Amino acid sequence: MAERELMYREALREAIDEEMARDPTVFIIGEGIAERGGSYKVTEGLLAKYGPGRVRDTPIAEAGMIGVGVGAAIAGARPIVEILYVDFAMLGMDMIVNQAAKFRLMTGGEGRVPFVMRTQGGTGGGVAAQHSQSLEALFYHIPGLRVIMPSTPADAKGLLKYALRQPDPVMFLEHKHLYMTKGMVPDGEHIVEFGKGDIKRAGTDVTVIAWSNMVPRTLEAAEELSLQGISVEVIDPRTLVPLDRAMILASVSRTRRCVIVQEANRRGGVASDICSIILEEAFWELDAPIEIVAGLDIPVPFNLALEKASVPQKDDVIAAVRRTLHESPVARAAG
Amino acid sequence: MNEGKPIQNAPPREILEKIFRTAYKIRVFETEGIKLYRQGLIRGYFHPYLGQEGIAAGVCAALKDGDFIASTHRGHGHCIAWGASVRKMVAELLQKETGYCKGYGGSMHIADISTGNLGANGIVGAGTPLGVGAALASQVRGSDAVTVTFSTDGASNNGTFLESLNLAAIWNLNFILVIENNGYAVSTRIDESTRDTDLYKRGLAIGVESHQVDGNDPVEVHRVTMQAVKTCRAGKGPVLIEAKTYRHMGHHVNDPGKYMPEDELAHYKARDPVDRARAALKEMAGFSDAEIGAIEAEAAAEFADAVEFSVKSPEVTAESFAAFAQGY
Repeated sequence: MAERELMYREALREAIDEEMARDPTVFIIGEGIAERGGSYKVTEGLLAKYGPGRVRDTPIAEAGMIGVGVGAAIAGARPIVEILYVDFAMLGMDMIVNQAAKFRLMTGGEGRVPFVMRTQGGTGGGVAAQHSQSLEALFYHIPGLRVIMPSTPADAKGLLKYALRQPDPVMFLEHKHLYMTKGMVPDGEHIVEFGKGDIKRAGTDVTVIAWSNMVPRTLEAAEELSLQGISVEVIDPRTLVPLDRAMILASVSRTRRCVIVQEANRRGGVASDICSIILEEAFWELDAPIEIVAGLDIPVPFNLALEKASVPQKDDVIAAVRRTLHESPVARAAG
Repeated sequence: MNEGKPIQNAPPREILEKIFRTAYKIRVFETEGIKLYRQGLIRGYFHPYLGQEGIAAGVCAALKDGDFIASTHRGHGHCIAWGASVRKMVAELLQKETGYCKGYGGSMHIADISTGNLGANGIVGAGTPLGVGAALASQVRGSDAVTVTFSTDGASNNGTFLESLNLAAIWNLNFILVIENNGYAVSTRIDESTRDTDLYKRGLAIGVESHQVDGNDPVEVHRVTMQAVKTCRAGKGPVLIEAKTYRHMGHHVNDPGKYMPEDELAHYKARDPVDRARAALKEMAGFSDAEIGAIEAEAAAEFADAVEFSVKSPEVTAESFAAFAQGY
């Protein structure tokens, strides 16, 4: 299929644009998203095309706007609520956790909440502790939510389009470092279903599982390792809930070694849960302990050197991959 | 408040009948439901709407098919006023598969999306943003549907009260916020929770048409709501209505409500909304005692039928639960 190069933010915009054109109940609200086109320029041009009824600026009222989005979804519309930083979504956690996530169950399956919250997280350029968090584990923990973390423009577009067609509340977590990154995006109707991971690089020696901005970082590490004769397979689950367990288990069973990389701090993180799944399902396939490369268990500091030190870097991934190879029974016996 | 003033324009006969029928049905549901609770047939939380029936009855009689309501933790009355099936409500309270939520929700979560009932809510204040959301969805779709959120004095001190009413205001949504001011947030008196206890003024502060009404006067509640609905359908919403009322008992079935002064309770019981709806039906529509008795007997029979239906309904099964849990 023909494809063209787009920036991550352009791919997101295309997804919203196409879905708004297709479905008149899709609308978007957020801070500075209409006239200004959003802080990351994702919604640029949509106001002119769809008018102020479907592209609305909001006051700074996250709990209210998330709640209004959830209510609109319950009533049958397809709202997108853009929250400037995932850190700010904490103001709306009641609406996410107690309302959106639980409505389907509490109504015996009759009520659905096709609500999409788009936001972004992660470190980037010294924006300090309240604008740098990776909070996917909070949403991952709550039954009833879908947690989506695209790493490429193509995935961003395909997953957002799918989000706007499925029936459950979606936490669509973008990364502030990825908006300007470029990648090839297929022409035409490009949709990526939830629950399908993607092998970003095939390899045979070690499986590295990473998502969001850790994917490009891991790919750099894999490239460097390949020059040293180590073949790394990079798996991007793309959607943490639902999680493509089958792809992860198949890859780990092939390579027999696994590293999991997350930008979020380690404690109570998604990496730990993926690790537990592998240990439960594929323990006897492993030749080495699983390595987790994660952020430090502290808030992210402002100082750029310290910010960098608090989240995984390429060299941390390389070191972890090397450790899993060193830890193989063969190496240990030889060593 | 216009307590004691004569009603200038009495509502039509069928509206007066509907208001009484609804208020009485709620009274039966709560009174009999509490008995079932005491017998151990109903478990969990049960927040009775006793004493506040006139609000749900008066408000819902002013709405039409296609409109939406959102409710509170004290939600049985709103469901009944909205026309919910008493069978499915009782079955839900009895944890049966035939209940509104198949036994997954219970008293605090009865909802019926197919009729525009966004549901009761276990989180005080949550119904306000959800209701504004439904009103926003209606506006985006180009519908003139009105959404009413029943809320409470307690919820008015929650941040989402201001956030969501303000959103409704800047977007001129067809939204009516009914604050049922019963004077207590669980056990905390309103004058301990806020300096100015006239909650309708909060709407005025952000440019929202706001009214205060005697919530124990169902006919007056209906009149004010009719006016609010008209304002909304003319594109001039939202509207806030503060309805002053009082609980006939504690916060929930097992709360003796000892903090409620006896004279205060007596004052409101002397202004019982069900009695007033009955009196209005007699005085304004000329219903005879026999006709009223027939309505009351019908409500009692409907509840008895619902209990029988619910008791006989099948229990939830491990198999249905396993099927339900798929996809989480």
